[in-house]
Amino acid sequence: MTAKIAYAGVEVGTELPAQTFPVTRATLVQYAGASGDFNPIHWNERFAKEVGLPDVIAHGMFTMAEAIRVVTDWAGDPGAVVEYGVRFTRPVVVPDDDKGAVIEVSGKVAAKLDDNTVRVDLTATSAGQKVLGASRAVVRLA
Amino acid sequence: MALDQSFVGRTYPPTEPYEVGREKIREFAEAVGDANPAYTDTEAAKALGHPDVIAPPTFVFAITFKAAGQVIADPQLGLDYSRVVHGDQKFAYKRPVRAGDRLTVTSTIETIRTMAGNDILDVRGEVHDQNGEHVVTAWTKLVARAAEEA
Repeated sequence: MTAKIAYAGVEVGTELPAQTFPVTRATLVQYAGASGDFNPIHWNERFAKEVGLPDVIAHGMFTMAEAIRVVTDWAGDPGAVVEYGVRFTRPVVVPDDDKGAVIEVSGKVAAKLDDNTVRVDLTATSAGQKVLGASRAVVRLA
Repeated sequence: MALDQSFVGRTYPPTEPYEVGREKIREFAEAVGDANPAYTDTEAAKALGHPDVIAPPTFVFAITFKAAGQVIADPQLGLDYSRVVHGDQKFAYKRPVRAGDRLTVTSTIETIRTMAGNDILDVRGEVHDQNGEHVVTAWTKLVARAAEEA
């Protein structure tokens, strides 16, 4: 593991560069194929509405995959991630238009732990609402 | 209907090995729009100290969730999958998954709870490689929403 960020150089409260991730229906179709999750709530509006959703929603695991990029892009080495967990609190609703939805992710060092690791707390929102809760990663720094 | 508490602690047989392909990793990285070269360029991965390209952190979910399907589909447990939503997900990594890994998953039911008519099931998946070395543990919380009154 070769993180490009030095443990000594971060403090509790250090902010990671925030990122925004666009999501369209095409993104969800591509993710369905790559992940093998073909649940129709992620691509079929008729089905999604039948089961009580406002519209097609993004895969929770897609949102989880995007959120950790704030950590892996910062650390440089994705293999430096030691732990990663989230709670799926609210769906990312993806309308059938040219814009789709946007997931905004920010992160902050919440604790310095043993063995050159730090805990990063992530915040992920879409349309102004938090979509992940208790979203935390532990990452080993240089 | 409340699930049978006697299933807590039950461990299912390990899955058949899943071979992690470099093109599958590339496909996944492209699908999440992640251009980190550690996923696609062997030399870049080696420069970071990995023997081959590695997979994004959440890649392994496809494998552990398929394994959790043994639990979900267990007729004796009687979970109504049509009502299941994904509550929480957590991973603890010993090392990143990489191309060429042959991974097996052993799933265990950790807890079963009922809250407000919802059945809540925690499944732990232990992922090992072809050498029997531990790679990652995945915890998946599944929530089967209460059936609506007819």
